[in-house]
Amino acid sequence: MKILVPLKRVADPDNANKVKIPAAGDKIETTGLEWKPNPFDEYALEAALRLTENGQTPKVRAGEVVVVTFGPKETEQTLRAALATGADRAIRIDTTDDKLDGDLVARALAALIEKEKPDVVVMGKQAVDGDSNQVGQILAELLDWPMATFAATIKEEAGALVVSREVDGGVATMRVKLPAIVTVDLRIVAPTSVYSTKTAATFKYNDGVRFAALPAIMAAKKKLLVEIKLADLAADQALKVEYKAFQAPPARKAGIKVKDVTELVTRLKNEAKVL
Amino acid sequence: MATTPEPLSLDSLISIDALLTDEERMIRDTVRRFVRERYLPRAAELFAKEQFATDLIPELAAMGLLGGSLTGYGCAGMNSVAYGLAVQELEYGDSGLRSFVSVQGSLAMWPIWKYGSEEQKQRFLPKMAAAEIIGCFGLTEPDSGSDPGSMTTRARTDGDHYVLNGTKMWITSAPVAHLAVVWAKVDDGGPESIRGFIVERGMPGFETPTIHGKMSLRASPTGEIVLTDVRVPKASMLPNVMGLKGPLGCLTQARFGISWGALGAARACYDAALAYARTRVQFDKPIASKQLIQEQLVEMAMEIAKGQIMALHYGRLKDTSGISPIQVSLCKKNNVAWALKIARTARGILGGNGILLDYPVVRHMLNLESVYTYEGTNEVHTLILGNALTGHNAF
Repeated sequence: MKILVPLKRVADPDNANKVKIPAAGDKIETTGLEWKPNPFDEYALEAALRLTENGQTPKVRAGEVVVVTFGPKETEQTLRAALATGADRAIRIDTTDDKLDGDLVARALAALIEKEKPDVVVMGKQAVDGDSNQVGQILAELLDWPMATFAATIKEEAGALVVSREVDGGVATMRVKLPAIVTVDLRIVAPTSVYSTKTAATFKYNDGVRFAALPAIMAAKKKLLVEIKLADLAADQALKVEYKAFQAPPARKAGIKVKDVTELVTRLKNEAKVL
Repeated sequence: MATTPEPLSLDSLISIDALLTDEERMIRDTVRRFVRERYLPRAAELFAKEQFATDLIPELAAMGLLGGSLTGYGCAGMNSVAYGLAVQELEYGDSGLRSFVSVQGSLAMWPIWKYGSEEQKQRFLPKMAAAEIIGCFGLTEPDSGSDPGSMTTRARTDGDHYVLNGTKMWITSAPVAHLAVVWAKVDDGGPESIRGFIVERGMPGFETPTIHGKMSLRASPTGEIVLTDVRVPKASMLPNVMGLKGPLGCLTQARFGISWGALGAARACYDAALAYARTRVQFDKPIASKQLIQEQLVEMAMEIAKGQIMALHYGRLKDTSGISPIQVSLCKKNNVAWALKIARTARGILGGNGILLDYPVVRHMLNLESVYTYEGTNEVHTLILGNALTGHNAF
């Protein structure tokens, strides 16, 4: 099985306080930010690796995992990390962060998919910076492929994937024929979430995203990484979404200490008005 | 209450990232995540119960951490800086975890890699890198520590075998090891006759009783190696080194790693002390706002920064023109002694909470008491440096 995994770098969610908005409020200051791969995209890569192996021998890939990102040269670091973790090759679509929206990304990915012809696109359900949650869905529409969003588990069958999605009040299970788009939620990296046809039903993964082997980190440079100009995939680079303003969340006020339960109840009633 | 600005991180203060390659940063970040996700949640319990995380050994091997600085034979072939960064992150978790990796790589695999025959290397190193064979290193004896030339373990020639007798003490990983690299004097020779022997578990007369009751390195198994008429084939002797320089060469490798590792323990203590000081309110203010506490935190950060910069400098040197055992002594002595002082200071900042295993500080503090003594005591490194600087041997 050949899987395409789109990756996006985001401002390190653990250092969110470093995200600065200039006084004009018209953009997010990206200089000095610490970048990390979008966590949901890391989960997507983990799911793609699990779908192309038998669990026991993670170095042996049954199929191919291709990772792709949009951005300037330094976003290749995100791709190198994915190559070190197990992806086979990488593509960087050259552009800058501020000239993208979900629609353009989906159109460029659709053009790339025409060339690459993957069996599945596995991607994060959304990026934790913009939280737009659009690309997978637009992509499925453009390609006219079946899609399964918010996947919590994936089981490979011949020519199809059985995907369970956590929805309000329960779990919905669906079967999508390949080729298909799957967007993943955080539970996709639980020990028994993903099974390829080669993985024993009794096999359990460690919880979470795997650790790159240190020799693989050193060898990642030798794996193929190609650059494609955005213009070669999308002639029309007009954005449909324009960001008008950004605002930082209000600073949290310090809490207060109450003497006793009576005072707590009084304040909850009269000040917080939640009782 | 006015919001306090986010404090400057040690990483930002020291700023070594710009001097590291992408691969070195990725190796550090990967081991950092491994320690935080896989080890730290269990660290206190393992220490409390005197348990070694044997289930993590295959994961350490899969990541390439065992013999990670060696080349060939299934080893990762990291440069010295990448290796140093990796062991520093391991010791952020626990000195016991790092000790296991140091002993396997620097003290058990390195002598085979450096002094062994091709047959020995082929036979042992790939399996040791894969953790199918766990090794230990027998040099210290009950009555022979800082003066290893006084060892009494003997290898007597007997046809195509050697017969080994003696006792080795304070041996990290001995209780779980499949083989031991044991150093012994041959026949009636003096220190110049010392040779290394690969002694395998199962050879009659080889025993490794566990040392219980340690208040330090509790998450790492320590034992003795008791050799009673152990017959070892001549092919199990390391052919390419004789005399004390054999074991001392191994120690130079291990001490280099320790000088990075100790920084990890020191950083864990600094992180805990800083976090505690910023939230612990006394006299209506966080104690981090008190001058006495700030002086302590500043000294901790300053010494960690100096130690880190020194480790990086000598690491780069090791990868280019090489470093001398004297320079390794400088790093080990400085970084371990300061790590121990930093741990004790952090313990004080945490007050009563500092004695609880709920915080990492007392665990690191107790562990570092061993690190201060093993691999050349602080005093021995002083004498090595003193001898080098003055030309007078004061041992």
